[in-house]
Amino acid sequence: MTQAQLQERANIPAHGDEPKVTHWREYFGFSTDHKVIGIQYLVTTFIFYLIGGALATAVRTELATPASDFVAPDVYNSLFTVHATVMIFLWIVPAGTGGFGNYLVPLLIGARDMAFPRLNAIAFWMIPPAGILLMSSFFVGAPGAGWTSYPPLSIVSGKAGEAIWIMSVLLLGTSSILAGINFIVTIWKMRTPGMGWNQMPLFCWSMFATSCLAVISTPVLAGALILLAFDLLVGTSFFNPTGGGDPIVYQHMFWFYSHPAVYIMILPMFGMISEILPVHARKPIFGYKAIAYSSLAISFLGLIVWAHHMFTSGTPAWLRMFFMITTMVIAVPTGIKVFSWLATIWGGKLRLNSAMLFALGFISMFVIGGISGVMLAAVPFDIHVHDTYFVVAHLHYVLFGGSVFGIYAGFYHWFPKMTGRMLNEAWGKVHFVLMFIGFNLAFLPMHKLGIEGMNRRIAEYDPKFATLNLICSIGAYILAVSTIPFIVNACWSWIAGPKAPDNPWDGLTLEWMTTSPPPVENFEKDPVLATGPYDYGMGDRRTKVDVPLDDPRNPVLSAGPDSALRADPDPAVAAHPDDRQGESHNR
Amino acid sequence: MNIPSQILTLLVGIVVTLVSLWYGQNHGLLPIAASQEAPLVDKLFNAMMTISTGLFLIVEGIIIISVIRFRRRPDDNTDGPPVHGNIPLEILWTAIPAVIVLGISIYSFEVYSQMGGISPMDHSVAHVKSDKHFARMPGAAIAATLTDTENRNQQLQEEALDDPATALNRKELPQKRDSEGLGVTSPRIGPTPDKEGQAPEYVINVTGLQFAWLFSYPDTNVTTGELHLPIGREVKLNISANDVIHAFWVPEFRLKQDAVPGRQSELRFTPNKVGEYPVICAELCGAYHGVMKTKVIVETPEDYDKWMGEQQEVARNEALNQSVAVNPVELSNAEFLAPYASEMGVTTESLHHLHNH
Repeated sequence: MTQAQLQERANIPAHGDEPKVTHWREYFGFSTDHKVIGIQYLVTTFIFYLIGGALATAVRTELATPASDFVAPDVYNSLFTVHATVMIFLWIVPAGTGGFGNYLVPLLIGARDMAFPRLNAIAFWMIPPAGILLMSSFFVGAPGAGWTSYPPLSIVSGKAGEAIWIMSVLLLGTSSILAGINFIVTIWKMRTPGMGWNQMPLFCWSMFATSCLAVISTPVLAGALILLAFDLLVGTSFFNPTGGGDPIVYQHMFWFYSHPAVYIMILPMFGMISEILPVHARKPIFGYKAIAYSSLAISFLGLIVWAHHMFTSGTPAWLRMFFMITTMVIAVPTGIKVFSWLATIWGGKLRLNSAMLFALGFISMFVIGGISGVMLAAVPFDIHVHDTYFVVAHLHYVLFGGSVFGIYAGFYHWFPKMTGRMLNEAWGKVHFVLMFIGFNLAFLPMHKLGIEGMNRRIAEYDPKFATLNLICSIGAYILAVSTIPFIVNACWSWIAGPKAPDNPWDGLTLEWMTTSPPPVENFEKDPVLATGPYDYGMGDRRTKVDVPLDDPRNPVLSAGPDSALRADPDPAVAAHPDDRQGESHNR
Repeated sequence: MNIPSQILTLLVGIVVTLVSLWYGQNHGLLPIAASQEAPLVDKLFNAMMTISTGLFLIVEGIIIISVIRFRRRPDDNTDGPPVHGNIPLEILWTAIPAVIVLGISIYSFEVYSQMGGISPMDHSVAHVKSDKHFARMPGAAIAATLTDTENRNQQLQEEALDDPATALNRKELPQKRDSEGLGVTSPRIGPTPDKEGQAPEYVINVTGLQFAWLFSYPDTNVTTGELHLPIGREVKLNISANDVIHAFWVPEFRLKQDAVPGRQSELRFTPNKVGEYPVICAELCGAYHGVMKTKVIVETPEDYDKWMGEQQEVARNEALNQSVAVNPVELSNAEFLAPYASEMGVTTESLHHLHNH
């Protein structure tokens, strides 16, 4: 297909004769606009984040003292089970992929919407019922077998809560598969003419890798849960040893999804950090291809490491060695990303605003989680610390220090684009400082607790661990308080904040080339790539907005980012008009 | 790059290395090591801690230096230098982590095989067939010819059940009552390489049940709620579970093994420090998971023999069907949980409520 044909096809509107501006009422209804759906995801999941956070605060209140004195032990089990389920399935996964993915992917690739707008809406509208369903389980005895729901415990403990948990997670998994298919097709087929795979913004690469992972692994979880539901409700014995079933088989099936799930949770944040750092460091991303391909490598390796969760349960020795090595190898592509980010900020001109602070916080906290991950991969050490607070610390450094810091970085970075209003920077910094302190107080001592012998998922513990646990609980309260400045800031700014310009951060990716907030169908004219997404310091980025395909001014520019601008920077085309050395600019 | 900055980099590198080496040995995170296997794990952890400290200092150092040195000055609206990449540098920082994780993998493999995790002569896991299970099921006559197949799990289970102390609990073991087992011997920590092919000096059967550990000492009629071990003797624990998955963990031994219902698993190790250490259930096993703990008492062989004599005396004097030492299976759920319930402020009603679920 020729470029002209592509262009012609891209010009066909996806939504017929809809109005050009999004009305506020659309955010409360069945919209097929990817931006509306993205914001619906973000707001809905944020509400679940607050619910999950309240549950976590209750858990830490129980653990502030060694005795089991705040709630009954079975209620305690329900608290951490629902906390984990909410945070994983109703916050990080849907906020990262559903929220930011939906909002950003079509804008970043210059498309008018996702490939399947109605499927997109269906995927979102599975989230609220699934969440409400899960919460309703508190009325009938919430699930208390942990978010892993290992049989036989999940079969012998309360039936109603467990059945609700299975239904809820099945719904969320289905939503995740539908969204994944949509992303793969959108990224594959709907990039704006001139955008090859290697000119695509890195967030799209990470969403592509994430979606492949979700589409491959989530059905296995669905299988495990359906079989578990049969064991629970019909009395079959797939996993129930009293009838000859094998509980270890469930663990294999569960972790075949749930280990990749941590990459489903972190890969979109990797992508967002790769978008945010170059903009605020005013430097091109370092090692574009290395970062892009390492996402694919993580996605592939992520599928073959699941049994490292089972080193103490039932894997033969040779298999443990295989999974130890594959797990460790993941450190290599992850390390490539971290070092590339460090090289990106090195020598830049860092604007230390809230988005950048959260992005830097993301790197520094994620590194700690990554390092403890390598330690956990070593079988002899894992045997010692498996199922202890060391693991709790590790997973919170990855999923809170990583994913949640990443989500906040994204919030601060794209809030002006999404709402057309600027957030208050001072309150953003207060939020960051409180969260950073609270987070480290809450989770750093857990490493020591785990190594010294405190197992996880217990309502009462040895009094010798009391001091460290109290510190953790105080940190958790600070963490809870830290969300208040954000909520106030976001609500107030959304309604009455100062109006945001189209491109407040001087970004080069396509979402900044349209209005804030973007109109329905995103772009007035189809966007054309004039520079690569990260060509900071290489040319006059202001010439880029709205250059039509047949721009007579500069055939080189409209030829796309592989052309002259990708070569060595021309001193005549310096970043800022004031810095230009002569008037030989080729305009 | 000018000379002073190279010297500075070198100095920083030396300092980071020294700090890492020091912290790797002096982190004070590990509890005391009370088994022959534990120091191996500790050395591995120290090595990983050294590397981790170095990496941590480098990454956080670069971030802090960047934030201070490269922050935007108020009047500066220009961009930074357009550096897109540097292939040799990227190859270097791909190769270094690759070599490090390969090194840690090999070291872990070595430690694991010294602990007895990998025993090349043991094919019990690889070649077990599960035919016997089906053959024993009512109406499975067709499969009867397959019952000759060797089944290590069945053997182990029968050995354990033939032991009078374990037989005592037999009625209470649902998977043993209703199921013939899965024909799987769960992988485990076996003999250390120097003891390969030798029988362990002591064998003790360990059963996990909601919410207690039971230890039965073969050929002695003794069943206890506390584990007693003589120092310096290699012991093998045969671990199984009655109801749900539990995990046997002694932090001071650095050993953990899940007790999976329907499976048999083993831990073989040598305790080498006299003392009392906690035995913890590490796998979530229900409402009272947090109180499922007891202790392991490592004592001199003389003390152990003396203790064993007393226990045997007790066992002889009391009828077998009465509670021997601590034997929670003889109690009803409410009776067994009552002491914990009073500690936790749980009423009998709420306990009944719990158990009716």
